[in-house]
Amino acid sequence: MTGAMTDPLLSVRDLVVEFPTRRGTLRALDRVSFDIMPGEVLGMVGESGAGKSITGASIIGLIEPPGRIAGGEIRLKGERIDNLRPEAMRKVRGRRIGMVFQDPLTSLNPLYTVAQQLIETIRTHMDVSEAEARKRAVALLDRVGIPAAARRIDDYPHHFSGGMRQRVVIALALCAEPELVIADEPTTALDVSVQSQIIEVLKDICAERGAAVMLITHDMGVIAETADRVAVLYAGRMAEIGPVREVITDALHPYTAGLMGSIPTLTQESDRLVQIPGAMPRLHAIPPGCAFNPRCEKAFAPCRETRPELMDRGNGREVACWLYDTVATGGMRNA
Amino acid sequence: MTPETPVSEPKTPGRLYRAWDSDLAYAFRTAPVAIVATVVVLIVVVCSVFAPLIAPMNPYNPAALNLMNGFTPPMEPNAFTGEVFLLGTDGQGRDMLSTIMYGTRTSLFVGAMAVLFAMVMGISIGLFAGWRGGWVDSALMRIADVQLAFPAILIALLVFGIARGFIPDALRDQLAIWVLIVAIGLSDWVQFARVVRGASMVEKNKEYVQAARVIGAHPLKIMFRHILPNVMGPVLVIATISLALAIIAEATLSFLGVGVPPTQPSLGTLIRVGQGFLISGEWWILLFPAITLLALALSVNLLGDWLRDALNPRLR
Amino acid sequence: MIAFIIRRLLQSVIVMIAVAAVSFALFRFVGDPIYSMLGQEASISDREELRDRLGLNDPIVVQFARFLGNAAQGDFGISYRLQMPVAELILQRLPATMELALVSATLAFVTGLGLGVYTALRRRGILSNIIMTASLIGVSLPTFLIGVLLIWVFAVELRWLPSNGRGAVVQIGNWWTTGFLTTSGRLALILPAITLGLYQMTLIMRLVRAELLEVLRTDYIKFARARGLSARAVNFGHALKNTLVPVITITGLQLGSIIAFAIITETVFNWPGVGALFINSVRFVDVPVMSAYLMMIALIFVVINLIVDLLYYAVDPRLRVDRAARSH
Repeated sequence: MTGAMTDPLLSVRDLVVEFPTRRGTLRALDRVSFDIMPGEVLGMVGESGAGKSITGASIIGLIEPPGRIAGGEIRLKGERIDNLRPEAMRKVRGRRIGMVFQDPLTSLNPLYTVAQQLIETIRTHMDVSEAEARKRAVALLDRVGIPAAARRIDDYPHHFSGGMRQRVVIALALCAEPELVIADEPTTALDVSVQSQIIEVLKDICAERGAAVMLITHDMGVIAETADRVAVLYAGRMAEIGPVREVITDALHPYTAGLMGSIPTLTQESDRLVQIPGAMPRLHAIPPGCAFNPRCEKAFAPCRETRPELMDRGNGREVACWLYDTVATGGMRNA
Repeated sequence: MTPETPVSEPKTPGRLYRAWDSDLAYAFRTAPVAIVATVVVLIVVVCSVFAPLIAPMNPYNPAALNLMNGFTPPMEPNAFTGEVFLLGTDGQGRDMLSTIMYGTRTSLFVGAMAVLFAMVMGISIGLFAGWRGGWVDSALMRIADVQLAFPAILIALLVFGIARGFIPDALRDQLAIWVLIVAIGLSDWVQFARVVRGASMVEKNKEYVQAARVIGAHPLKIMFRHILPNVMGPVLVIATISLALAIIAEATLSFLGVGVPPTQPSLGTLIRVGQGFLISGEWWILLFPAITLLALALSVNLLGDWLRDALNPRLR
Repeated sequence: MIAFIIRRLLQSVIVMIAVAAVSFALFRFVGDPIYSMLGQEASISDREELRDRLGLNDPIVVQFARFLGNAAQGDFGISYRLQMPVAELILQRLPATMELALVSATLAFVTGLGLGVYTALRRRGILSNIIMTASLIGVSLPTFLIGVLLIWVFAVELRWLPSNGRGAVVQIGNWWTTGFLTTSGRLALILPAITLGLYQMTLIMRLVRAELLEVLRTDYIKFARARGLSARAVNFGHALKNTLVPVITITGLQLGSIIAFAIITETVFNWPGVGALFINSVRFVDVPVMSAYLMMIALIFVVINLIVDLLYYAVDPRLRVDRAARSH
């Protein structure tokens, strides 16, 4: 799927998001660029505070004020959506880009039945009758795996368990047939036993409808099983992007390598997980040069001075690291 | 506003206390609203406390009054005597400025004493309920809930009425101020009790309290030494806001004619009297006491609001 | 549902009995009823006879039971001061207070809700800041002062509105008099209603604003926005309905206190209501009126509480536990 040379569904270029605070302006995202192809699943990984959720929020146009997009552009099928008027952007949300939040227990309005919330969403975006909307809602609930959907649809959210509620949330995100679904940590708040089911439902139903998925998570295991490609964020900057297999088996960026070292696998003979020493810098204290340089074992002079840009390494792989710059390394071989 | 009075905790070193204090001092320096409010409160307090020394006249000394000076508008010479009064005079020729100073004195005294009463009562009940727990606690808190459902002014009126029933006619005027203090105080203890109870329930299970118990410290001593200092912040905030409420309650009761006796008029009494002169055009008799009351209540309220934000205690 | 109502009703009865006990204690122990009724000149035998006739020599429990029985039938004794049955006095004056409270409560609720929603949705607007600052002054301004200032401006200086009394009233049935049907009655209502409602309005407004801001931060509002629902649907359909749950409770209780706060307003405006009656009973230690008034207020509070509970139940499906058993 990754090899197909088509136009990207979503294209993010040099996205900058800033939060003015008392201590000065924080850059939550600093020139982030990536594409999502139609129908593909892009995993977005990174530590808490790396900017994963803010990336999702800026695509759907819901950054909490006073945060704002300070630069770059976001295009959906070639059309800019980062500077749309509120009313035009509202019509993109739900209809063209759907979103699934982390906590299903708080994502649903407790005072409305599932049917009311689904029908309201469908009828906001599509010109269908109440009865038709209800029919679609029942079918969708059935598809996401709610047993006895026709009956349960008139229940209130508190009548459902956490896993069932997340299925309802997925149905709500997909009910107006969007082309892209942003799923922000969709399983983090769930019981481990239902996590994989939810991911599977999300993946299958999006594949069926040809919707692309941007899967935000800090769980590399989920990415490995679900995503086609993976993008690694570090301190608001893109560290590496590439097909998921290659990135896992042969990480280019030392940070990605560290992240992969922390996935527990059954085949791994060593029972010790590799840890990256140190912690991600706070946004107001990002070091000059590469943001990762203080923690990087392979850092050398350029890393401390100039920020590395994403460079194309072929096969759809990109990395932002001086180790791969032939001029900087001066022909030096790296391990 | 002097926080050092009740918070003399022997175990905490003075340094720690001063750090807390300087944090507050810093927050204060950067809050213009708090500074203005404090200045207003200070001016009002100083003027009323030292009224006998700085007031132009003693309005309740009949010898000092000249009926010819009656109804002199502010800043205008009197038609007969040529005397000028900054805020005018009332029908008896009393200088309004002096009258307001003395009236504020009564209002502040009643307000402060009522808050003190409510605070002592609330803290005692709160500590007791939190410490004992069980049915004592639930009974006390149910009473508090029921009382909280009724407006304070109604409770104060009832207490006032009941007290009057018990006090012989001859003593009514003499005791009126104290009855008023008790009535307002009784209507206002619940907030104190709730906060203190909550805190003491949390603290009583902490290890240091258990340790103090094990070595046989008296429960009362534990409560006052260890639990009370922990709630002084919230208590201070409630006390400040209660002061504003108590001043308003006193003024309201006096306005209704069931408050202070006519011999010791408060701001509320002055406003009631002033209302009678509106129709005939002597607006200053009403307006200046009203402005004083509003300025005082608003400043104390703002101060309380600011204090709550600055201390950020478990109030909200 | 029925069990819930029965439980609430039982609680209400307990509260009423407790308040009745306080009223009875008032009635029985504050001052000497015999002295208050007969005055100083009566002979000892007259006093003893009345004491016997009133049953004041019976055991306290019997007296309390009798008091409860009488109260349930609307008999609260004779006013010491006015020498009339207390129930009759209260009923005469109740319509005035009720009409005033009704208008103020509506005013407070509608404007409080509107301003609260406005200031929450336009949080950074200039007008919102002005309204919020004004509301702080409103909270600090004693009710009686608002009344006096309104009288000064609108009755004395501008001469637009009357400053005291109810204006002309129309008798409806045996017990009710209304000021709604005459122009002077409606004009007379304006200033007292504003005075009485202003404080509650400020409280409701600040409460609605705080709650709405809280709700607007929740995940389900973010999710509703992310589904592309219109701002109108998100703010009014989703956010406001959730705001109403806590607002109803506190507002309901506030409306109850409007009746009690009417004491002040009625005094300022010479409004011929129950509050003014109560103030005079406090002033002259007219105990039967005091204790009857206390029970009336308690009854109103209990009824409002009950209505609030039922409303709460109607708005929030999470309280309808009967279906919860089916939860997965």
